[in-house]
Amino acid sequence: MGIDFFILMKSELLLAVIIFILLFIKVGSKEWKNEQMLNIVNVLLLVNFIAGFFGNKDGMLFNDMFKTNQLIVLEKCILNLGTFIISLQAYTWLKNHKHVLEFYMLLLASLMGMFYMISSGNLLMFYLGLELSTIPLAALANFDLEKRKSSEAAFKLIMSSAFSSGLLLFGISMMYGTTGTLNFTELSQHLDGSALQLFAFILLFTGFAFKISVVPFHLWTADVYEGSPVAITSFLSVISKGAFIFAFISVLYNVFKPLADTWYNMLFLLSVLTMVIGNLFAIRQNNLKRFLAFSSIAQVGFILVGISGSSQAGTASVIYFILIYIFSNLGAFGVIALVSALTVKEGIEDYKGFYKTNPLLTWVLTIALFSLAGIPPTAGFFGKFFLIMAGAAKGNYTLIIIAALNMIVSLYYYLRVVKAMFMDKNEQPIEKLVINNYSKLALFICVSGIVLTGFVSWVYDYIYSLSTGF
Amino acid sequence: MTNYAYVSLIPLLPLACFVVLGLWGRKRFKTFSGIVGTGSLLASTILSFYTAYQYFFVDGKVNGVYQHIIAMKYTWLQFSPNVSIDMGIMLDPISVMMIVVVTFISLMVHVFSLGYMKGEERFATYYAFLSLFTFSMLGLVLSTNIFQIYMFWELVGVSSYLLIGYYFDKPSAVAASKKAFIVTRFADLGFLIGILILAFHAETLDISTLIERLTDHQSTQFVSITTGSLLGVSILTWGLTLVFIGGAGKSAMFPLHIWLPDAMEGPTPVSALIHAATMVVAGVYLVARLFPVYSIDGAALDIVTYVGAFSALLAAVIACTQTDIKRVLAYSTMSQIGYMMFSLGVSRYGGENGLGFMASMFHLFTHAFFKSLLFLGAGAVIHLVHSNDMKDMGGLRKFMPVTHISFLIACLAISGIPPFAGFFSKEEILTAAFDSNKLIYGVALFTSGLTAFYMFRLYFSIFWKKESHLHNAHGEGTSTMKIPLIILAVCAVIAGLLPFSNFITSDGAALETHINLVFSIAPVLLALGGILLAANLYKTENNKPEKVAAALGGFYKAAHSKFYVDEVYIFVTKKIVFNLIGRPAAWIDKNIVDGLMNLIASVTEKISELIKGLQSGKVQSYTLYFFAGIVGLAAVFIYLWK
Repeated sequence: MGIDFFILMKSELLLAVIIFILLFIKVGSKEWKNEQMLNIVNVLLLVNFIAGFFGNKDGMLFNDMFKTNQLIVLEKCILNLGTFIISLQAYTWLKNHKHVLEFYMLLLASLMGMFYMISSGNLLMFYLGLELSTIPLAALANFDLEKRKSSEAAFKLIMSSAFSSGLLLFGISMMYGTTGTLNFTELSQHLDGSALQLFAFILLFTGFAFKISVVPFHLWTADVYEGSPVAITSFLSVISKGAFIFAFISVLYNVFKPLADTWYNMLFLLSVLTMVIGNLFAIRQNNLKRFLAFSSIAQVGFILVGISGSSQAGTASVIYFILIYIFSNLGAFGVIALVSALTVKEGIEDYKGFYKTNPLLTWVLTIALFSLAGIPPTAGFFGKFFLIMAGAAKGNYTLIIIAALNMIVSLYYYLRVVKAMFMDKNEQPIEKLVINNYSKLALFICVSGIVLTGFVSWVYDYIYSLSTGF
Repeated sequence: MTNYAYVSLIPLLPLACFVVLGLWGRKRFKTFSGIVGTGSLLASTILSFYTAYQYFFVDGKVNGVYQHIIAMKYTWLQFSPNVSIDMGIMLDPISVMMIVVVTFISLMVHVFSLGYMKGEERFATYYAFLSLFTFSMLGLVLSTNIFQIYMFWELVGVSSYLLIGYYFDKPSAVAASKKAFIVTRFADLGFLIGILILAFHAETLDISTLIERLTDHQSTQFVSITTGSLLGVSILTWGLTLVFIGGAGKSAMFPLHIWLPDAMEGPTPVSALIHAATMVVAGVYLVARLFPVYSIDGAALDIVTYVGAFSALLAAVIACTQTDIKRVLAYSTMSQIGYMMFSLGVSRYGGENGLGFMASMFHLFTHAFFKSLLFLGAGAVIHLVHSNDMKDMGGLRKFMPVTHISFLIACLAISGIPPFAGFFSKEEILTAAFDSNKLIYGVALFTSGLTAFYMFRLYFSIFWKKESHLHNAHGEGTSTMKIPLIILAVCAVIAGLLPFSNFITSDGAALETHINLVFSIAPVLLALGGILLAANLYKTENNKPEKVAAALGGFYKAAHSKFYVDEVYIFVTKKIVFNLIGRPAAWIDKNIVDGLMNLIASVTEKISELIKGLQSGKVQSYTLYFFAGIVGLAAVFIYLWK
C-alpha cells in the first residue's frame, strides 16, 4: 500500500479528483459561465490524458481485486483520449445546456467504472465497475431534457441493462457455486467445463455481448443511440464499447482459457450473425445516428473475428482496431454532432449537397466513413487487415470469407452517405456552418489519427509488444 | 564511419517540392514554381555529389572493397518475424552513381525547362510532376528492400504516365501515355510475380539478405530454389526471368519496347530525363542490383544477353528509317540500353570476369549525359522550328550555334569516336562481349556502325542538308536553355575519362582496365564509315537516300514500319484477346455476374425487409430476444456443439 496505492490507481484517482473539482465548482458560490466551465473541463481532461502516460507501474491491490499493467494503462489512455475528443465535440451542444457540470460528473463516473472494470481481478469487482459505468450512462442518455426520445432512450437503456445485469449476476453466482471462488486466477484453475459451468459462462458471455451489442443482444442499441444526445451516442458506441471489449478479451484469454473451444465456436457463430444482421439493418437506415449504430454493430462482428484469433496478434489487433475505431467513429460522429447541434438535421437525405456548402466537413466525414469501411490507405484498412489476419491464423476460412463479403456489403452503405454528400443535388442543402475551435481541434485529431495511425508502424508494434500471448 | 542519415534528404526534397507545388503551385507560385523546383533539386544535387565524395573517397572502402552501407532502415509492415517491407536507404557503388546521375540530369532538365516550358498554362503542375518523378527515381535506386523497389517502380511509372500525358488535350499524347502505362504495367506483373517467387524462396524481401541467401550454395533457401523446377526450368530461372521481364518493360527491350517511341509525345525535356537518362535504365539497374544472383544462373543471363543484343540491333535498324527526330532518338535509346543489357548478360561475378558489369554501368553513366544532351538539343530545335519532322529542318547550324556544336559532340560521343565519352564505355562493352561470346560481339560491332550512321543522318538532316528559310527565327532560346547544353556537352566529352573501373565493379573491388588500341581499330573505323556514309547521303540535298531505300525494297519498308511489331500487338489484342476472351467475358459479366449481383441485392433487400420486425422499439420484446439468445446458445453449446 502506501505510495503504490497512488501509483497503481492513478487513472482512477485522477478521475476522482476531477469529479471533486467539478463538484466544488458546482456547489461554490461563484457563478460560472458555461464557456468558462467547458474550458476548465477540457483542460482538465487534457491533463488527465497526458498524465496517464507517466509514472506507471505493474501491480495488484486489495487482495488481487485490482490489477494494472502497461497494457491496461495503455487501454485507459486510449479511453481517456476518446473521452477528451468527445468532450471537445460536445462543446457546441453543451454551450447552451443548463447542466454542464453534471454532465461531466456523470460521464467521468462512468469512465471510472470502466477503468475499474478493465482493472478488475475478481468477478465482483468486475460487476461493480460494470454497474458504475452503466448507471450514469442511463442518466446521460436522458440529457436532452426537453426531448421525449431522449427519455425513451434512457428508459430503454436502464431497463435492458438491468435485465442483462440480473442475468450476469445469476451467471456469477453459479460460477461461484461451481468453483468456489471469484478471483480470476483461481477461477481459471477450477474450470472443468461441466454443463452448469458452461451455462454460467454463457450468462457471463451474454453480459458482455449485451454491452458490446452482439446480435441477438443488440436490440437496445439502435433506439438508445438514436434518442440519446450525440455526445452520449458516441460515448456509448466508442468508449463504452471499447472498454467492454478490452475487458472481454482479457477475461476470455486469461480467465476462461480452459473453455477456449467453446467460446471460439460461440465467437464464430455470433460474429457471423453480428456482421450479417448489423449490415442488413445498416442498409435500411435513413437516420445517420441509427445508421452508425448498426454499422457499429457490424464493426463489432469484425472485432469478434479478431478476438477469435486467440493469440498475441488477436489482442494487439483488437486494441489497435479500437484505437482506429475511436478516431474514425468520432470523426463521423463529430460531424454529425455539429450538424445536429446547429441544424437539428440527422437524416441521410438532409446531407444531400453537403459538399457544396461545407466542403471541409464533407471531407472529414468522407475520410471517417472510408476508414470505417476499411478502404486503404486510411487507418481503418490496416485495422481490419490486422483483425482478419489474426482471425485467419486460426485457419477457419469460412469465417474469413464471410467477413470479407461483409466488408463489401458495408462499402455499399458507407458510400451511400458519401454519394449523397458529393453527388446528389438538393434545393436546400444544409447551410454553411460556423465551427468553433474545439470542434475543429477534435476533427483535426480524428483526421490525423485516421491518416497517420496506419502508416506509423510502431503504433501497432508497440501494442503488439505489450500484448500477452495466449 | 560518417552518419549518412542526411542522404534521406536527397529524395525527400523533391517530394516536399511535389507536395508544395502540387497543392499550391498553380495558385500561389505560378511562374515562380520553376525556381522553387529547380532550387530544391539543386540542393539535392549538391547533397548527392557530397554523398558520392564521402562514399567513394572517404569511407566507402574497407580493405579495398566498396561496402554496402545501410544508411537508414525503417520497418514499414512486418508480415512475419522474418518478412517485412522496409523503407530504407542503401548506399553502394551503383546506387551512389545513380543518385548522382539522376539528380544531375534532372537538374539540367529543370533548368532547361525554365526556358522551354515558359508560358505554359500548367507550368507549376509540370514542375510538380518532375519533382514527383525525381523523388520516385531516387527512392527506387536507394531501396534496401525489393518491395520498396517495386513501389517506387510503380511510382516512377505513374509519374512517367503523367508527364507523357502532360498535353492531355492532344489525343495522341493521351493514347501514348495510356500505352506506356499499360505496356509497362503488363511487364510489372511479371516483375511482381518474380519478386514473390524470389522472396518466397529466400524468405526475405531485404535485398542484401536475399542476395546473401541465394548466392550461398549451402543455404537451405538456395537449395530449395534451385532444386525446385517448373516445366523443366528451375525456380530460380523463372524468378529471375520474370523480374527481368519487369525490367525489360521499363527499359523498352524487345518485344515490350513499343511504348517508348510513342512516349515521345511528352514535352521534350521530359523525354530527356525519363525516356533517355533515368527511368528507362531502371531495368538495367534492376538486373545490376540483383546481379550476384543473376550471375549464378546462366540461363537467365543468356535471356538477358540475347534480348539485349537483339533489341540493340533491331532498334538501330529502325532508327535508320525514321524521320521524326525524337523517334530516332527513342530508338537509339532502346538500342543503347540493349548494349547495357547484353553487357550485363555476358558478364560474370567478380574480378576480371566482371568486366561486362562494369562496362554496362559505365555505359549507363556516359549514355545519360550524351543522350539527355541529344534530347535537349532536339528540344531546342523543335522549339525553333515547331516541328518534329526532319523534313522541316535543315541548315539550322547558322541559327543555333550552341545547339549545333553540342549536338555534334553528343553524336560523336554516341558513335564511339575517341576521345568522347561513349568511346570508352563502348570499348569496354565490346571487349567484354568479345571475351565471352563472338556472336554477340559481331552484333554489337555491326550495331555500333549503324549507330554512327543514323546519328549522323540525324545530325546532317537537321543542321546541314539544305539552306534554311526560317523567317520567324527568334534565336536559339533563352540562356537557361543554352547553359544545360553546354554543361552536358562538357560532360559528354570528359565523362569517359573517369577511372570508372576503380569505383564500380561487380564485387566492389577495383578492376584494372586498359584500352587495347588494336582492338579499338575495328569499331572506330566502322563508326567513321557510318559517319562518312551519312555525310555522303544527307549532307546535301540529293536523291541518293531514296535510291538506297528503293534498292533495299521490302526490308526498308518493314524497318520504316518498325517491323510491324505494333500491328502484331494490335492483331493479338483486338482480334484474338478481345474476341476470344474479352467478348465472352463481357457477356458473362453482363448476364451472369451482374445477374448474380442483382439477385444478391434483391435477396439482401428481402431479408432486410423481413427482419425489420425484430426492431420493434418495444423493450419487452428486446428482452425476449435476449433471453431467446441465451437459451439458443445454451442449447447449442451445452448439448449440441460440444
